[in-house]
Amino acid sequence: MKKNNIINLTINNQSVSVPEGSTVLQAAQKLNIHIPTLCNHDDLCVAGNCRVCVVEQKGSRVLVAACAQPVTDGMEIMTNSLKVRNARKHVVELLLSEHRADCTKCYRNQNCELQTLANEYSFGDHIFLDLVREHEHLIDNTSASIIKDDSKCIRCQRCVRTCSELQKVSAIAVSGKGSEMKISTFHDRPISHVVCTNCGQCVNRCPTGALTEKNYIDYVWDAIYDPEKHVVVQTAPAVRVSIGEDLGYDPGERVTGKMVTALKQLGFDSVLDTDFTADLTIMEEGTELLTRLKKVLVEKDKETALPMTTSCSPGWIKFIEHKYPEMLPNVSTCKSPQQMFGALAKTYYAEKRGLDPENIVSVSIMPCTAKKFEANRPEMRDSGYKDVDYVLTTREFAVMIKQAGIDFRTLEPTHHDSIMGESSGAGAIFGATGGVMEAAIRTAYEIVTGRPVPFDNLNITPVRGMEGVKEASLKIEKCKKEWSFLEGVELKVAIAHGLTNADEVMRAVSNGKANYHFIEIMACPGGCIGGGGQPIPTNINIRQKRIDAIYEEDMNMPIRKSHENPEIIQIYNDFLEKPNSHKAHELLHTHYLERVRY
Amino acid sequence: METKKISKVDLIFEHIDPREVLTKAYGMTRDEIIDEILESGLKGRGGAGFPTGMKWKLCSEEKEKTKYIICNADEGEPGTFKDREILDRVAYKVYAGMTIAGKAVGAKKGIIYLRGEYKFLLPQLRMQLDGFLKMSNEIGYDFEIDFRLGSGAYICGEESALFESIEGKRGEPRNKPPYPTHSGLFGKPTVVNNVETLVNSVIILKYGSKKYKQMGTMFSTGAKVFSVSGDTPIPGIYELELGMSLLEFVKEFGDGDTKAVQVGGAAGFCVPRKLFASTVIGFEGVPTGGSMKLFNSSRSMYNVLHNYLEFFTEESCGQCTPCRVGCQQLLRGVESVKKRESKSTYLNELVKLADTMKIASKCGLGQSVGNAFKSIVENFREEIIY
Repeated sequence: MKKNNIINLTINNQSVSVPEGSTVLQAAQKLNIHIPTLCNHDDLCVAGNCRVCVVEQKGSRVLVAACAQPVTDGMEIMTNSLKVRNARKHVVELLLSEHRADCTKCYRNQNCELQTLANEYSFGDHIFLDLVREHEHLIDNTSASIIKDDSKCIRCQRCVRTCSELQKVSAIAVSGKGSEMKISTFHDRPISHVVCTNCGQCVNRCPTGALTEKNYIDYVWDAIYDPEKHVVVQTAPAVRVSIGEDLGYDPGERVTGKMVTALKQLGFDSVLDTDFTADLTIMEEGTELLTRLKKVLVEKDKETALPMTTSCSPGWIKFIEHKYPEMLPNVSTCKSPQQMFGALAKTYYAEKRGLDPENIVSVSIMPCTAKKFEANRPEMRDSGYKDVDYVLTTREFAVMIKQAGIDFRTLEPTHHDSIMGESSGAGAIFGATGGVMEAAIRTAYEIVTGRPVPFDNLNITPVRGMEGVKEASLKIEKCKKEWSFLEGVELKVAIAHGLTNADEVMRAVSNGKANYHFIEIMACPGGCIGGGGQPIPTNINIRQKRIDAIYEEDMNMPIRKSHENPEIIQIYNDFLEKPNSHKAHELLHTHYLERVRY
Repeated sequence: METKKISKVDLIFEHIDPREVLTKAYGMTRDEIIDEILESGLKGRGGAGFPTGMKWKLCSEEKEKTKYIICNADEGEPGTFKDREILDRVAYKVYAGMTIAGKAVGAKKGIIYLRGEYKFLLPQLRMQLDGFLKMSNEIGYDFEIDFRLGSGAYICGEESALFESIEGKRGEPRNKPPYPTHSGLFGKPTVVNNVETLVNSVIILKYGSKKYKQMGTMFSTGAKVFSVSGDTPIPGIYELELGMSLLEFVKEFGDGDTKAVQVGGAAGFCVPRKLFASTVIGFEGVPTGGSMKLFNSSRSMYNVLHNYLEFFTEESCGQCTPCRVGCQQLLRGVESVKKRESKSTYLNELVKLADTMKIASKCGLGQSVGNAFKSIVENFREEIIY
């Protein structure tokens, strides 16, 4: 069979030519003919199981699923015949009959793909009997991050495909058959007791409210309105380039200043920045890497593990704890920026502002669902209190803005408060895959050589991009005296995003087939901008636009390197002494747990 | 329409010397074997009736090095028990059919997917297989055969769900295309034939397609093994020429009070007495994988329908919406009409739903639920309502 053959077909009597191997759905998209879909998702393999996209193919006894049907020459497709309309209406009605359509109470109200279809196909009385057996559906809210409500599940299996294809975790899978078929966990255990990384990618792809993040909005409102409490909020790098999507902007709009103003209007006492602790992470993690390199290269220490991997992504941490516990020594001991922030908010910040840490409530706005789990880890109490009290996703934050009646578009941009509100471009790019690596290299290279990295505008392009696994190397030359052991060393790095890619890299490392020094791993596709707490929908175009916005953010920052952030210099002078100091270790570093594999 | 008198034959269970047929086939080219099968007009005996020769031809044209022959012995259709009998009595003919099919399409590996409930046959089948392989190797064939057991899911008789099951996955049908002859088991070109189909291919090669075609009708050549059950004084397995009218059949097997025959199992059609004379058993009329269930006037057709719907509600894989939810709606729907919770006109909505299931379901299971439902509701509406 020749490749790149062009296939000619007609859809609704309009001719269209598409490459061989395309589906009817893709051909229809080229003609701007809308075919509704549910189980189909751009990030996932074709399932063809919801049957919402059925269309009529001339000569075929049965209707065909547009998402799964490959085009053939001379094919004649009708997307809107009476036969198709009747079948589609039936399919939507059937789905509604097994769905607890409690729309007004549902977290996904007005952002639900089933609701949209129902609006188009099924207004008025329902044809069929209601099959929802409410008492048989238990809502699983055991996880700190994710709530699973089977009564809203339409069994499209997007979550199942997400968990196995994108994340190689398979925490959820199909069990039972016929009327008993459902999306289940291993032995029907609660989500908190299976190998789930809390990444929330399933939540991002669920078309209904069957999978949602655990919502902490009301707790945060309570804290804000408690006069005794001083409520600080930190904003993750990826939120400022995505929150707009939930507030009517197109993907890729940077709304940093407006976001800060909105938080102030919501009533937070201090609006601070996770980007600040991202910079701090670079100082700690960069120093840790250089120390490990020294121990291995100079002291020939067998105990020190290389390559070192990043530790910012709590989904990744739980993944390695379950799947590669023997490699936990390779993970940087640095806490994630969120948790570094939390530990400092109730120590350094409290001290500087003269506050009783008891009365500080620390909230974070994250693109992530796994951060909710992370904040609840028992290790994350080094300040003597729960370091981060509540974690809200980007989506929950958008809900709060709407609840408060804030007209986001007309807000005047303002700056983050001080202290712990200043950041560099290096901190900003943490939100994109490759960003931590780039930020680390910008600083580490300069520490070692005294010169900025040899790239135009400090943009280390080899570590950027959407490829699942990226590799790069950088030769270190003309080192400063104290780093002379690195002279001529070719620093080899790898970057993986999405846990399937992470698994590939870790397998190569554990088989001895890769000799990297440093690996950046993010659990979510595209990095944090594709996090499980980000606005729905997601696809590669949306993620690319968010990434573009992140790099724009970086380019627009007056300071581009973590070690030049004046507040970073200040915190080491006033509080932490130096990177990896005793105090830094106490507050900013952690340890990991070996977890079961099933 | 051409109908035949009832005519019993004895070809499937007739004992033959497999060495003779295998040697004959060994001397033929691949195309000659395929042409012979094509010429015979043999259609799949599992129920769907795809021309067997065409299947072999499509697979033989594939360039892949690895190909598979699968014998579908997941006999799960309610009311069929003929494959069990064939495997019990003449398994060597099944092995021979697979070996010949392997030669015709260029496959070296055959797998018999045996219904889990037939596990008791396995020791005997394995023993017979050892002897068979010794003989086929002596003739010069290089074809191995292995067994895989199902676990009781009806859906795994659907060929692509069967692949998934053998591959160790959940038995769910795949999207088609690609068809198995192009991308089947482990993504390789695969022929899936029913037990009886494979035996028929041996019969055709033994007697020649010309002689074979003399049996049956133009559209339904040959004979077929029927599993006769229900209200009949003589239940059992009978090999009959295709093309007889249902009236002829009922005369032979009925108890004098037959009001309906379910032809083709749960996935088949229910034919009422008034249509017996005009119904041909064969691909031009009502096809069947062998299941023939007779019902006399003591039976409630509501119970019959309810039973089938319960079966489908449980045996749907649950993957696609029309089948998973549709089966439940049909079942709950007839119950609610019976209990007067819904108006009798609700049956009309259910018939429309059954029509949708026929054209919008992903695989043959969901597409055939409407057969039994519609034929019973339309012919015995009063029994469903009252």
